[in-house]
Amino acid sequence: MTKTINKLGFTAAALCASGSAFAAGAVADEFKWMTFAVFGVIIAITMAITFWAAKQTHTTSEFYAAGRSVSGIQNGWAIAGDYLSAASFLGIAGLISLYGYDGFMYSVGWLVAYITVLLVIAEPCRNIGKYTMGDILAFRNDPKKTKTVAALSTITVSTFYLTAQMVGGGVLIKTLIGIDYKVSIIGVGILMLAYVVFGGMKATTWVQITKAVLLVCASILLVMLVWAPYGFSLPDYLQAVVGDTKVQGQVAKLLGDKAGNMSPAELGQRFLEPGLFLKSPIDQISLGMALVLGTAGMPHILMRFFTVPTAQAARTSVIWAMGIIGGFYVLTLFLGTGAAMLVGSAKIASIDPGGNMAGPLLAQYLGGGESSMLGNFFLAFVAAVAFATIVAVVAGLVLAAASAMAHDIYVGVIKGDHATPQEQVTAARVSSVIVGIMAIVVGILAEGQNVAHLVALAFAVAASGNLPTVFLTLYWKKCNTGGIVAGMLIGSITAIALVMISPNMTYPLAVLKAAHKVIDGEPATEAKPAVDAKAGEGFTCELFAVCKKAEAAKPAEAAKPAKPGTKEKMATLKAKLDAATDEAQKKTIQADFDKVKKANDKAEGDLKKFEGQTTSMMGLEKPFFLLKNPGLISIPLGFLAVIIGSLLYRDQRAEDMWDELYVRQNTGIHAEAATAH
Amino acid sequence: MSKPSMNWAAIDADPRFQALHKKKTTFLWGLMIFSTVYYFLLPIGAAYYQDLFKIKVWGVVNVGILFALSEFIVAWTIAFAYSKKANAEFDAMAQEIINDAHKMGA
Repeated sequence: MTKTINKLGFTAAALCASGSAFAAGAVADEFKWMTFAVFGVIIAITMAITFWAAKQTHTTSEFYAAGRSVSGIQNGWAIAGDYLSAASFLGIAGLISLYGYDGFMYSVGWLVAYITVLLVIAEPCRNIGKYTMGDILAFRNDPKKTKTVAALSTITVSTFYLTAQMVGGGVLIKTLIGIDYKVSIIGVGILMLAYVVFGGMKATTWVQITKAVLLVCASILLVMLVWAPYGFSLPDYLQAVVGDTKVQGQVAKLLGDKAGNMSPAELGQRFLEPGLFLKSPIDQISLGMALVLGTAGMPHILMRFFTVPTAQAARTSVIWAMGIIGGFYVLTLFLGTGAAMLVGSAKIASIDPGGNMAGPLLAQYLGGGESSMLGNFFLAFVAAVAFATIVAVVAGLVLAAASAMAHDIYVGVIKGDHATPQEQVTAARVSSVIVGIMAIVVGILAEGQNVAHLVALAFAVAASGNLPTVFLTLYWKKCNTGGIVAGMLIGSITAIALVMISPNMTYPLAVLKAAHKVIDGEPATEAKPAVDAKAGEGFTCELFAVCKKAEAAKPAEAAKPAKPGTKEKMATLKAKLDAATDEAQKKTIQADFDKVKKANDKAEGDLKKFEGQTTSMMGLEKPFFLLKNPGLISIPLGFLAVIIGSLLYRDQRAEDMWDELYVRQNTGIHAEAATAH
Repeated sequence: MSKPSMNWAAIDADPRFQALHKKKTTFLWGLMIFSTVYYFLLPIGAAYYQDLFKIKVWGVVNVGILFALSEFIVAWTIAFAYSKKANAEFDAMAQEIINDAHKMGA
């Protein structure tokens, strides 16, 4: 993958990474009332849901698991609502609009992940579990030790994911309608707290269902409008995409010098071919592993399976979730390419370099454009869906973290499982408030920080720490407390440590170099002959900066003239502006000048921020671990740690209880029953 | 709400449970391995077999796009196949064991 994968891939976070380049908001001032009206309607609906849910939420089982009364189909929609975060909703459409094929390919892993959930996790967890991942791990092990590590990991994963969502959400709302970042964060936080604290899992579930239905309906409508002019023919539609001059221009821009001798038709076709964005297959495989195994280890996804009455319903819910999530990604192919063709990559990237505004801008275009009523209504609607998305995802995460805190740590470890039902519910509500306030505070503190890697990190920790322990306790007789503690700690810590020394972190030397390049420009270069590919010194060298990495072949390069920096450009434009007499001309020059000035300000800001620094947070000048995604190393290590830990620790009781665990996970005998309503 | 104690070892040893275990294990692992291999073919193909992915087969639609779309079809087919098999076979086998569970090993 290129160095920008995470930055662009995980929208929510990406918005923050590229924080400075925002307009006052995509919605024009005169139409803002409409956005607020749509927001108001959606908030009113979710509040009504919460009010209704609160009346039915009294016991622990009702608070954490909605009384196990959610049907399979409902849970399927809720899973989709929980999973389709702003990252997939806006981010993937954005990636497709900027990079074509690679963006679409990127979405596949997010669906395939659910096969693991369906085949090995959902039903056993429903049969064995109660409220949390800790319950599953504690089944035949020392409850205090396993619940402690499970809760720690749940809180870690949720916090990473939550921070990315909060920061991304705040920036998203700011980008769309120009509400101040802090106000957005506090607003999202208070709403989400209301759902969780009063309505527990029932309100959270129905908020997620509402959001998923809105999202799917909005996407279907947009795709209909995009696709209908081509008689719903795939080749005809894509023919129009590759024939579009804006798309061809974007490809030419991405390819740079290599585009020199390509015809417009070839350039357009290139948009549908791989390699414009994802360039490191090893990194991609590493990310794929984290997705495929990490989703099944995500505490807020696992928790969803405790809300249905039976294992069969858990199965139905994954099938429905796969249908909705997969169908949605197929729709994004049209949303992304449609935005590239109709809106144009240049305009999309001018509002947000990560491409996250592709979907909203497409909606505005299809409704009739920037100055039309309907266009702005569409935009307002999509913005409101984005807002509902953030709140729904955040609510699910807060509930997962709060349940780990209250059920695993307070009730399980501190109270030794002897808490009255009333104490349990109070603990759950208090924990939700604590986690919620923490989320708001972290969100505000992290303003302007690069949190792009946090989503990938959450998946990597879930895949390296949670999944190996859950999987092996369910399927391996000899797995025991020693293995779970070792696997959880080693898997998670390795994943986090590798990311800390990876290219995800900020390296001041590189930032300073790039900033100087922007301000001072680049000197002219002479023509270079082609360079053959060089073999590396082994596979380790592809992962760690200890020896020589393989290098790809480079084609011959023509001599390049010097590129002016922003300083020089600003001076030229200023002179032009003074010389111009025509008003219209003045306006265009002024717009160009503003653009250059923005880039200049950003580079100068970077220079100031990193002046005198030479090393990253970890004291490195450049990344030591060369992949963005640690899964390739941390996942096998996590599994290995569980196996070695279990073999060294030895626990007769865990082995004796294997028969019970295995029979129960397969048959559902003694599974937690639904509460009758 | 105390649950009656069960002789789990006896249920585990029951030939019907063993049959369920065997059937499920083979079927699930088969699907799991197939889906994983099929998924990783996509990034590998996109990185190392670009010439193949670029071949146009249906207007401008090339092998790469069809292969990526096939990933969705395959994922859905696997989900459908598993659910069909589980609903038709595994559930019935499990139900039979549940019905007799309290008698086993007594």
